[in-house]
Amino acid sequence: MSGLTRIATAFQRARGAGRAALLPYFTLGFPTPEASLDVVAAIAAAGADLIELGLPFSDPLADGSSIQRSTQVALKNGTNLAGCLAQVRSLRGRGIEQPFLLMGYINPILAYGPERFAAEAAAAGADGLIVPDLPPEEAGDLEVACREHGQALVYLVAPTTPAARLKQVAARSSGFLYLASLAGVTGARRTVAPGLAAFVARARRATSLPLAVGFGISTPAQAGEVGRLADGVIVGSALVDAVGRGENGGAFVASLRARLEEPG
Amino acid sequence: MPVTATCTHPSKFGPFGGAYVPEVLVPAVTELEAAFLESRADPAFQAELQHLLRTYVGRPTAVYHARRLSELLGGAQIYLKREDLAHSGAHKINNALGQALLARRMGKRRLIAETGAGQHGVATATVAALLGLECIVYMGSVDMARQEPNVLRMRLLGAQVRPVESGSRTLKDAVNEAIRDWVTTVGESYYLLGSALGPHPYPTMVREFQRVIGDEARAQMLTGVGRLPDVVVACVGGGSNAIGIFSAFLQDQGVHLIGVEAGGEGVATGRHAARFADPLLGRPGVLHGAYTYVLQDADGQIVETHSISAGLDYAAVGPEHAYLRQVERAEYTWATDDQALEAFHLLARTEGILPALESAHAVAEGMRVAKISDKEKILLINLSGRGDKDLNTVLQAMEAARP
Repeated sequence: MSGLTRIATAFQRARGAGRAALLPYFTLGFPTPEASLDVVAAIAAAGADLIELGLPFSDPLADGSSIQRSTQVALKNGTNLAGCLAQVRSLRGRGIEQPFLLMGYINPILAYGPERFAAEAAAAGADGLIVPDLPPEEAGDLEVACREHGQALVYLVAPTTPAARLKQVAARSSGFLYLASLAGVTGARRTVAPGLAAFVARARRATSLPLAVGFGISTPAQAGEVGRLADGVIVGSALVDAVGRGENGGAFVASLRARLEEPG
Repeated sequence: MPVTATCTHPSKFGPFGGAYVPEVLVPAVTELEAAFLESRADPAFQAELQHLLRTYVGRPTAVYHARRLSELLGGAQIYLKREDLAHSGAHKINNALGQALLARRMGKRRLIAETGAGQHGVATATVAALLGLECIVYMGSVDMARQEPNVLRMRLLGAQVRPVESGSRTLKDAVNEAIRDWVTTVGESYYLLGSALGPHPYPTMVREFQRVIGDEARAQMLTGVGRLPDVVVACVGGGSNAIGIFSAFLQDQGVHLIGVEAGGEGVATGRHAARFADPLLGRPGVLHGAYTYVLQDADGQIVETHSISAGLDYAAVGPEHAYLRQVERAEYTWATDDQALEAFHLLARTEGILPALESAHAVAEGMRVAKISDKEKILLINLSGRGDKDLNTVLQAMEAARP
């Protein structure tokens, strides 16, 4: 089954259950390579529908301080793309079945080789890629490689994205469309971005792809609020912070999932 | 491949350049490109820019025949394009002024800038004061320590200097932080990028605001000396002073263009910022929005760079330089910290000019070429900035060198 199919199925299954899908993000290699695998296993068991696995980069300019710190630790631990792919294989070996989206910046992928990376990601058991500093205009090689190897290439849109462009980007996106809830970097915010409902409605008119919203969603209450609007809820920094504080990532994800299951 | 004139503004230079930015910034760079092109066609905008370049920046800057230095070296005649005489002490003001006027035209009241040596930060703080705009400058804490006088100058000019503690705490990290600010405040902020780097349209726009250096120098050589130089030398960090002076000579095939990167402690040591010279670390990749030569490890992680000059201490080179090198229109070489210091002292003592340590890299290469050239050859060095900001660094290096 291709990554695209597996991603579509995961969204359908959540929709069938009358709720939004939950997409936790976690940085591979943080706080240690082995511990990051345990966290992913725990969040998989706790009710994640799809899982974003963060690939560390030295200069993560779309990330706020939480994910920056986690990726710096991961790099100090020697994490690189080859190691991340080995971790994906190992997670599949543990029997984790949720779709994996690899989220990382373009330069390490270029250094690895876009074609080689897409091929090896597919072979390792990944389902798609999210590359926040790669707008569709610059994505030629990687997009072709992803298509060839059945990997989704998920593009982001932002509240600043004009209607015409939203349509263009959505037409190029595969798997789902990633809505950055606000103009800004990743990281916890106190409230859900004002205007999110209108932004989601705008995206709905532009595409039939599932819409997943990320950036700034950190509490079960916020996840519940966003889950009433979108098809998927992405939570990253808050999970990374929780694990960084020594808390149980699985328990946090379970609390998010519970809120998504409450009737809206 | 022919080097074409700059009448069009494509987003790429051959394979290099482009706009690798988070989607939230795509409308911002598109809007910026449109505003820039409009401003170029607007006589009122151009008139104000020209007026301020003349009356505020002090342009045209002189071209000076360094006779004593030329005689001492015994070779080519060395001329200096004196960007160190521009207001605020370096060529950076040309670009800062142009972009700040553009920001005001776009209705943006808040300028964000990154700075390495502090020259661009000072230039931005200067024009922000001139135009009554808010100014936030991101600067790595390592750079703040080694360029303290410039930190004080920025603050006196009313700018807020925000220390950056992430990564190597130098220019690269300051750019990351400036971009994060821009992403967050894109509606009201204007990102005033200081070199011919970053996503399209910045490399093109910065070149256009800096080409006044080359346009002036070319005319000054023709009227003052009666002919074009044989060689033009400039230092290359991001490469804005170099692209500014080169761009006027691109069509003059007889003029040899040399860009000088920071060789740090020597390219073989790995402690340098010579993107073109180190085949192991310097490979095409993406940093801060552009596809260009980037110093990176085998995994594509950006490596920490080293140079005695903060302004050259950066992992990526402007994409147009990568292109000019690929089509062999310009040659790129490097000078070490020690060679730059030697050039600094020699220029100070023979000509009474303290160059910026960045510019001293160009002087070092210029001296090397002059020595092995005939006396009738003419060599033009872009003296991109003055060295007052570097006194601490130079004095420390002298202390360290004392036996």
